[in-house]
Amino acid sequence: MYVAVKGGERAILNSYRLLDAYRRGDPAVPELSTAQIAQQMPLAVSRVMAEGALYDPQLAALAIKQAAGDLTEAVFLLRAYRTTLPRLGASLPIDTGAMRLRRRISATFKDVPGGQVLGPTYDYTQRLLDFALLAEGGAAAEPPEPAAQGLDAGMPRITDLLADEALLEPDASPDGDPEPVDLTREPLELPAPRSARLQNLARADEGFLLCMGYSTQRGYGNSHPFVAEIRHGSLEVELHVEELGFAVTVGSLDVTECQMVNQFAGRAGEPPCFTRGYGLVFGYGERKAMAMALVDRSMRAAELGEAADAPANDPEFVLYHSDNVEASGFVQHLKLPHYVDFQTNLELLRRLRAERAQADREPMRHSSPTADGEVLAS
Amino acid sequence: MTASPASAPAADTAAVARDPHYNFGYLDESTKRMLRRALLKAVAIPGYQVPFGGREMPLPYGWGTGGIQVTASILGPDDVLKVIDQGSDDTTNAVNIRRFFARVAGVATTTSTAAATIVQTRHRIPETPLREGQIMVYQVPIPEPLRWLEPSETQTRTMHALAEYGGMHVRLYEDIAHHGRIATTYDYPVIVNGRYMMRPSPIPKFDNPKLDMSPALMLFGAGREKRVYAVPPYTCVKSLDFDDHPFAIERWDACCALCGSRESYLDEIIMDDRGTRQHVCSDTEYCNDRRQRADAGAEGRP
Repeated sequence: MYVAVKGGERAILNSYRLLDAYRRGDPAVPELSTAQIAQQMPLAVSRVMAEGALYDPQLAALAIKQAAGDLTEAVFLLRAYRTTLPRLGASLPIDTGAMRLRRRISATFKDVPGGQVLGPTYDYTQRLLDFALLAEGGAAAEPPEPAAQGLDAGMPRITDLLADEALLEPDASPDGDPEPVDLTREPLELPAPRSARLQNLARADEGFLLCMGYSTQRGYGNSHPFVAEIRHGSLEVELHVEELGFAVTVGSLDVTECQMVNQFAGRAGEPPCFTRGYGLVFGYGERKAMAMALVDRSMRAAELGEAADAPANDPEFVLYHSDNVEASGFVQHLKLPHYVDFQTNLELLRRLRAERAQADREPMRHSSPTADGEVLAS
Repeated sequence: MTASPASAPAADTAAVARDPHYNFGYLDESTKRMLRRALLKAVAIPGYQVPFGGREMPLPYGWGTGGIQVTASILGPDDVLKVIDQGSDDTTNAVNIRRFFARVAGVATTTSTAAATIVQTRHRIPETPLREGQIMVYQVPIPEPLRWLEPSETQTRTMHALAEYGGMHVRLYEDIAHHGRIATTYDYPVIVNGRYMMRPSPIPKFDNPKLDMSPALMLFGAGREKRVYAVPPYTCVKSLDFDDHPFAIERWDACCALCGSRESYLDEIIMDDRGTRQHVCSDTEYCNDRRQRADAGAEGRP
């Protein structure tokens, strides 16, 4: 006899305990601290802060630890926490031109004012496994000697130099300088202004943006991009305090910015000029900043009068499918029971198959006059 | 295992204590107000999808975040909450959502449809008839009935504005042409109050007639898609059909193997590896109730 399934509560609580044990692994191995994660996995922390849309390395490290290294799950944990935080105010716009740089490169000019600064990058590492890292407890790597000459105080943004010549479209605020959209407070409405698109992209899944950006390079939407500049470093966040009448620094954060310039043929009444694609992410996230700049530009195709027929040109397609917390939840909700719906399909399929079998037998009946009206034995 | 009395609170959540770190119902009051305003608009325009500023919840998208936000915004301290998934109070996701509200709101929970003031559901409407004053909250994965005909939200919103619903009739007609019958069996489209086409959420079409002129208020929440919509009490909800192919619901040759019901929606259970099957009520509370009454009747006999 069938007994209805019960005991979901106990099963859930037991799953928590099993998960804790799984996450901890062999207790003989020392436990990972959040400080270790924050210090020794800074790129994972950057990604979780960027997609989690919350700048807090310690909490991001906690989320990574709690999620057993599943970065998408860590992003979800951080987002769920973020939604409970009160909003105390809006900062002044950050000035990436005033960034204290750790890295700054341009692919469009051999040399630029302030110079090319590689900084810490995997770009020119030869991807050979470093077996020395297997031996733990080694001495910390020596940082290189400080350069004889410090970084230039003036590190103009390359796009500003191009804009001076009017070769690059102006980077003006929209008419009336409206408040930027906040997609965490308002639903996405279409057509989405660029502020909404950029916010969506800044929170978007890196893998999704990477592959959408890649598709534009392979011919699904021609973007002909150049990296005018990538810069990474830290900058101060300022808040204008009404009571004081001036802005005060409330903290600092690391960001990575990518400015792409793209070909543009020009239109009637508009001489040709370069157009912009913009990427900005929390922490050190160059791959994502570049992909974001590509996708930002590709979504502007219709606005610039280009053929907007590729997936990456369709803001609705990109914006509705870029969020990994939404995507992960909805894909994985297929794990939930669906037996009521499945039952309806099961019943229908059986009936359709029975009717088809019946119909297949019927022509015989009509071809044989003697059998007409008889019930066929099956 | 024995069933608990239908009217008692679900035993599994009785132990969950209210967590004072969270505001009542988890959401902050201004978010609740935003949601209530959206819901009022939804009630005022039956079947119309109202965009709202959906929040990120501590449960995954697709697992009931829309329903949870709606419930959180309408819940009061005196409410009695029932949560079902596939008609059952005991499925893990229903247990988890009930635990969530016990933890962040401390409200009484129940498995009894009659005792509940709010019923949050995924994929079913209870067999026990609803009454005035009750609120059904549906978890909605995809709110847009025209989505499989037209993937673009910009287009579908225009189609609703123009009541341009011919495409859905063509689709149902194509089913009849191909299969001899309409092959949509759940999430069966309805017209609400003679105006808006609405997805009733993935309930089996068996449940569609329960929406029509129901004395209860029906609220639908889609968290990921950030839409709410509503069917007010005593509102006409018509399932799409044709004069020569009228709307009809599923019927089973079998009856429930546990309570013998021939009126309820049945789930098919595979009993062994030879494919032996049994049918049982999907609404576990209805089934338990019937069995208890049958037992009581048997004991009462001399």
